[in-house]
Amino acid sequence: MLTIRNLKCWYGGIEALSGVTLSVGQGELVALIGANGSGKSTLLQAVCGLLPGWKGEISFEKVPLNKKKPQDIVAGGICMVPEGRLVFGPLSVLDNLKLGAYLRYRKRDHYGIKKDLDKIFSLFPILAQRSGQHAGTLSGGEQQMLSIGRALMARPKLLLLDEPSMGLAPLVARLIFDTLAELREDGLTILIVEQNARAALMIADRGYVLETGRMVLAGKAKELLADEEIKRAYLGKDYARFTEGRA
Amino acid sequence: MPEFYQYLFSGLTNGAIYAIIALGFSMLFAATDLINFAHGEFVMIGALILVTLWPVMGLPLPLAFVITVLATGILGIVFERLAIRTVKKPDPIVLVIITVGAGIFLRGVAMIIWGKTAKGAPPFSKMPPLEIGGAYLLAQSVWILGIVLATVLVMHFFYSRTLTGKAMSACAINKRAASLLGIATQRMTLLAFAVSAALGGMAGVIIAPITMNEYEMGAILGLKGFCAAMLGGLGNSWGAVVGGFALGIAEAMAVGYVSSSMKDAVAFLLLLLILYVRPTGILGGKAIARF
Repeated sequence: MLTIRNLKCWYGGIEALSGVTLSVGQGELVALIGANGSGKSTLLQAVCGLLPGWKGEISFEKVPLNKKKPQDIVAGGICMVPEGRLVFGPLSVLDNLKLGAYLRYRKRDHYGIKKDLDKIFSLFPILAQRSGQHAGTLSGGEQQMLSIGRALMARPKLLLLDEPSMGLAPLVARLIFDTLAELREDGLTILIVEQNARAALMIADRGYVLETGRMVLAGKAKELLADEEIKRAYLGKDYARFTEGRA
Repeated sequence: MPEFYQYLFSGLTNGAIYAIIALGFSMLFAATDLINFAHGEFVMIGALILVTLWPVMGLPLPLAFVITVLATGILGIVFERLAIRTVKKPDPIVLVIITVGAGIFLRGVAMIIWGKTAKGAPPFSKMPPLEIGGAYLLAQSVWILGIVLATVLVMHFFYSRTLTGKAMSACAINKRAASLLGIATQRMTLLAFAVSAALGGMAGVIIAPITMNEYEMGAILGLKGFCAAMLGGLGNSWGAVVGGFALGIAEAMAVGYVSSSMKDAVAFLLLLLILYVRPTGILGGKAIARF
């Protein structure tokens, strides 16, 4: 569905991605893991059209995305839940969700929007309770739910998530991951970028590991979870032994 | 007491005009982070177009009103397209200086088109002034207050009830997030320029009958509007309205009770004071509240 070949990106002269290849198939949940600064978010931004000037190939449903504007990419069916949630704080929760369906309102799909709104409210009941409140008054976890709900309101074919568990309490993060697994069961294709590698790989079908702009590992999520190298570098398997000596 | 009312009426009239100019500054700043120092020139051009269309060419007033507002709105679009969007590296400071330059340019063009002599316009209606508490309220003042009030209500409706208005707020809050939802942020910027310029043009229309209209009138009106926007909190639409009326009334009181030479000084004294005591303005700046 999404195919990325030999993608190179630059951030003001610095090469952030040096030839990355990745694919996401219809109905898959793919996790992209890696440390800070490995280029995970850069990759998502390139897909969304927020980072012009990349080289290589990105195509979605066989249509190349070169030089497309963000709004055309959204119209094509790719929606991103950005890092740091970026909800519109001074607007109400309901308005945030409605703006998610902005392009569908332009197409006068009022009936479909109403139905999807109910679906979001049953997915995240807390949003229904707070629908009149300013989004800025929500807690971090609620804002993350709102950000995901807002992206879903566009009825995407492919949902991209940039660090959805960042800064959330473990319980809330788990709720978010459970929801993603649920959405996948309903047939949504998802690409998730995460630092919390274990949580992401637990719900993913396949995973990729990015290190300083290069793809160093790829495979089934289960195999990656068992991989010694990944355990050491990303899953914190040795953490207990590491701290024992110091206590 | 009658003189107090007289000063108050004069302050409300000027305040309404400052408010609508400030609203133009403020909404453009909210949407683009840009202070348009050419904004006063749109007021001047609005006034001069109205003078040409209505008393000179003899068009009916409502028609002249609509054409003037539309024309200034289109001028705002042309301004954005030619002077703002073409900039390769749109740093805020570069853009602000471009608006200063564009203001000088517009003033020059207006001088060539309309000449240097000031032109007057008759009041909108020939009703006698209303007498309230021993003071007189001009019919034109009633027109000005009514039109400004209606405009504020329309803007409020636009921002709080329409999808485009909300999309514009979303762009103002976070452009990146807005573009991720498929909102064409560039088109929203264009729309903000058009609405802001049209608001300026409307200020020109309503002020035309109570002032001498000439090519240089925009600079001081623009500065007063800017002061009012700062006073209320730049980027905050209600703040622009509050700031406009506060400035107008303070000015009128200072002129009445202190000295008429204080008129222009008051605006800048108030601006300095507010920057010193409460730099975000009376109602707070951009992030806190909008229509």
